[in-house]
Amino acid sequence: MGFEAVIGLEVHAQLATESKIFCACSTGFGAPPNENTCPVCTGMPGVLPVLNRKAVEFAIRTAVATSCRVQSRSVFARKNYFYPDLPKAYQISQYELPLAVSGHIDIERNGTTRRIGITRIHLEEDAGKLVHAGAFAGAQTSLADLNRCSVPLMEIVSEPDIRTPEEGGAYLRRLRDILVYLEVCDGNMEEGSFRCDANVSVRPRGQKEFGTKAELKNMNSFRNVEKALEHEIRRQIELIEDGGAVVQETRLWDADAGVTVPMRGKEEAHDYRYFPDPDLLPLHIDEAWVEELRKTIPELPGEKIARLASRYGIPRYDAELLSSSRLLADFFEASAAAFGGNPKVTANECIQWKEAIVAGRLSPETIAHVVEDRETGTISATASKTLVEAAIGTGKPVRQIRDEKGLTQISDAGALEAIADKVIAGNPKEVESYRAGKTGLLSFFVGQIMKETRGKANPRMVQEVLKAKLG
Amino acid sequence: MAITREEVLHVARLARLALSSDEADRMREQLGDILAYIRQLDRLDTSGVVPTSHAVETGTPYRDDSVHPFGEKEEILKNAPDREDDFFRVPRIIED
Amino acid sequence: MAAIPVHEWTLLDAARAVREREVSSRELTRALLERIDRMNPRINAYITILPEQAMREAAARDEELAAGGARGPLHGVPVALKDIFCTKGIRTTCGSRILHDFDPPYDATVTGKIREAGAVLLGKQNMDEFAMGSSTETSWFGPARNPWATDRIPGGSSGGTAAAVAAGTCFAGVGTDTGGSIRQPASLCGVVGVKPTYGRVSRYGMIAFASSLDQGGPIARTVPDAAAVLGVIAGHDRRDSTSVDVPVPDYLAATGRSVKGMRVGLPREYFAGGLDASVRTAVEKALGALVSLGAEGVEISLPHTEYALSTYYIIGPAEASSNLARYDGVRYGYRTEGAKGLIEMMSRTRGEGFGAEVKRRIMIGTYALSAGYYEAYYGKAQKVRTLLRRDFQEAFAGVDVILTPTAPTPAFRIGEKVDDPLTMYLSDIYTIPCNLAGIPGISVPCGMSPDGLPIGAQLLGRHFDEEAILAAAAAIEREIPLPRVAPEEG
Ligand SMILES: [Mg+2]
Ligand SMILES: [Zn+2]
Repeated sequence: MGFEAVIGLEVHAQLATESKIFCACSTGFGAPPNENTCPVCTGMPGVLPVLNRKAVEFAIRTAVATSCRVQSRSVFARKNYFYPDLPKAYQISQYELPLAVSGHIDIERNGTTRRIGITRIHLEEDAGKLVHAGAFAGAQTSLADLNRCSVPLMEIVSEPDIRTPEEGGAYLRRLRDILVYLEVCDGNMEEGSFRCDANVSVRPRGQKEFGTKAELKNMNSFRNVEKALEHEIRRQIELIEDGGAVVQETRLWDADAGVTVPMRGKEEAHDYRYFPDPDLLPLHIDEAWVEELRKTIPELPGEKIARLASRYGIPRYDAELLSSSRLLADFFEASAAAFGGNPKVTANECIQWKEAIVAGRLSPETIAHVVEDRETGTISATASKTLVEAAIGTGKPVRQIRDEKGLTQISDAGALEAIADKVIAGNPKEVESYRAGKTGLLSFFVGQIMKETRGKANPRMVQEVLKAKLG
Repeated sequence: MAITREEVLHVARLARLALSSDEADRMREQLGDILAYIRQLDRLDTSGVVPTSHAVETGTPYRDDSVHPFGEKEEILKNAPDREDDFFRVPRIIED
Repeated sequence: MAAIPVHEWTLLDAARAVREREVSSRELTRALLERIDRMNPRINAYITILPEQAMREAAARDEELAAGGARGPLHGVPVALKDIFCTKGIRTTCGSRILHDFDPPYDATVTGKIREAGAVLLGKQNMDEFAMGSSTETSWFGPARNPWATDRIPGGSSGGTAAAVAAGTCFAGVGTDTGGSIRQPASLCGVVGVKPTYGRVSRYGMIAFASSLDQGGPIARTVPDAAAVLGVIAGHDRRDSTSVDVPVPDYLAATGRSVKGMRVGLPREYFAGGLDASVRTAVEKALGALVSLGAEGVEISLPHTEYALSTYYIIGPAEASSNLARYDGVRYGYRTEGAKGLIEMMSRTRGEGFGAEVKRRIMIGTYALSAGYYEAYYGKAQKVRTLLRRDFQEAFAGVDVILTPTAPTPAFRIGEKVDDPLTMYLSDIYTIPCNLAGIPGISVPCGMSPDGLPIGAQLLGRHFDEEAILAAAAAIEREIPLPRVAPEEG
């Protein structure tokens, strides 16, 4: 019997605000323990939350970018549970009435487009961090650092529209790229500013009802998400095929062992006792604000990929690579504008030097100049690489380096012909053999010319000249 | 509105309240009385009535996204029943 | 003025006397500290008394005045706060063992405003634990007593504040009112207490009981004194999202306003069974006073009144169960000894740190919010709250203020109801609807019971119309002269 997986993903994205969502403490990463705290985020008696406008703006922009409907009235609710990293013993979140609902993200897989629905987007606060004291196992105490408490998070919940681990990965990457394009989240999965949990179930192909789902946690890279989904789907199918049943539970991905394992410890049946937070009035968002923010939405990855591919005639795959960063894509377009040669070459260069480009260590002119010089035959492919590396290292204009290092190649047809004549004249036996059919000797002549020019001859032109002369 | 001892203990667990056996018994009785009284609300037809969370409902106000460090971390930490350096220290979580 | 002992002066007289340098703040403060020394052992109205600090503040106020500047309307006047307002560097207990040694890292907005106005802080006043109670018997620091009869309760939860004001140990205090906790003790102690409109006084730094109901307000011996303090503590606060940005009028001026032509609503549901005869007589007298000044009594109905108590005993505990979850022994306050593991530490800390009434309410609230019960309890209560609010809206279409008894009986005996929660809860039936609707209310003395216990009348007003109830209360106060400081032998 064939099975299909039903996957829904829940993403928690840390919003790139300066201050926390309900107090004026810094959201800065890596501060000493409890440095970024105040009476509000440590839940001192009597304190009250006040909402950060920027966090709301970021969520609205995300909602617009994912075609969600922003609700004119949404409500903050308290999610009640006890844990030492949760100072108030409740998390301020949104429950019944989230900020935005009913959106979608389109992903392209092998030439077809899949639309993954987004159920909801809501705002909430992060919790702190528990460090288990003592380097030894069996430490008797834990230590609480509340720096992360009340850092703004945006939760984005997908519909159970995802059917394969690859689709899950594609959805996540696209979502991450959108957030990064919007500059609302830095998208760093390893540092935890973009976290993903998954709900996974399987069902016999053709069946309408969902199977029992397991919740997967602890996947801290895109690759891990795909691997965890793969493993979990296989586990559930095998379980059912062996006559067993999936139990609803939370499972953790063990990246080292490559398996999902049930979360340890008796999970007291969760009863979060959500209710509207009386300390915060409902969030009212008017249409005018949404429209104002709509104007700030940049071209998004999907649109950009399509446009780059069609406008520059580059392969879709290259357009995807270029669009993985808004900065890289802009850089590509600036380079292409600076020299209107073959955009494919420009694209390759941009992809090759992505890291330096994103780090801001290359200018579009540098790439434009090397591409132009290569097309005119002024430099070789090898020289081009050397030159870009030098430009990154020194920050000097690439043509200045080229001239200083004498990396131009001889592409003057007349000069090359003269040298070819000299080489032909000096090797009559080889010429004879070549003309008798031993065409493999061409490389011998090329080598001789390179020797004469100390490697500066344009190899493509050398071949052309030689072929013409040797007949 | 009878409430069982089991329910009392379940709610106490949710609320992280250690109750002595006597307390649990008394709680069961008193909660039962109070809940029975409260359920007079059932007599009232509230279909179509919008719930009130705030007596005076306006939109929630905002603050600007600017950092103002509290700057007196020790004032917060000094109240800790137990600490290690600048951490709050708690007994470890025992899984049962 | 010399004929009247300092502790019987009104706050406004004291403020004027300091400002005009007839008396120094030090003299006033010393006199009241002596009064506290004499009275507090009998009434237990203070949890924390600040003799040195108060004298230092008084000296500073005197110097400022000598240098030519008064800080504000309460310059040099000794007052006190219910121990629910955070005071930086001064322990703030909320009447609970769980906060018995809590030293707040910040000042409540009310604390800050009192200081900015120039007041001298005498101490922190006793209260029911976490403001849950109607008698101040649930305090971890022992019950407060009614200065008019020390075998009786002073009301609650701001019982310490009301008793302290009635005993002449401070010129005014600031209390909090979630279901009557300012008005009911004011009534039982023969003083004036105002619960402002929800959102009028900042809740920042006021330890939360039920966030959608809590409101701070003054307790004083006269209506103008209460109006003056209200003027100081009212106003928008950016740190409290539920604080409302509306201008603060001149409350003191409102107390001089005529009540001629005022329409006074008399809800028939508040004058039904369970009302003590002496209370009924006294409130009727208050109505008589208003009518004699040209006001008009109008019978009205607030049909959902009988559901208010149930609604309150769902919403209040539900919010409280969440607000009080932070007392877990991790960051501040009491922590149990020797617990094995985290969960046991938290549960025992809370089991030992909270008293019976607080635990009861946490249990009710947790239950009402828990899976499967939310709609039947919390959801239902929120809907009934809408009906209760609507009752008032409709009533205020036809009347300017509503007059009712504040409490069904005069002060009862200590211990009389403490083990019978439901009966205890009933002592707030007249004050609770006001909190659910978020409207302002005031209790003003209007008579004495045959055994010499004070009785108060309650006036309720429209949202943000504290002026109308202050005007009516001041008129009653002028028409019905009553002693405001309890006799020392009480
Ligand atoms: Mg979440
Ligand atoms: Zn903070």
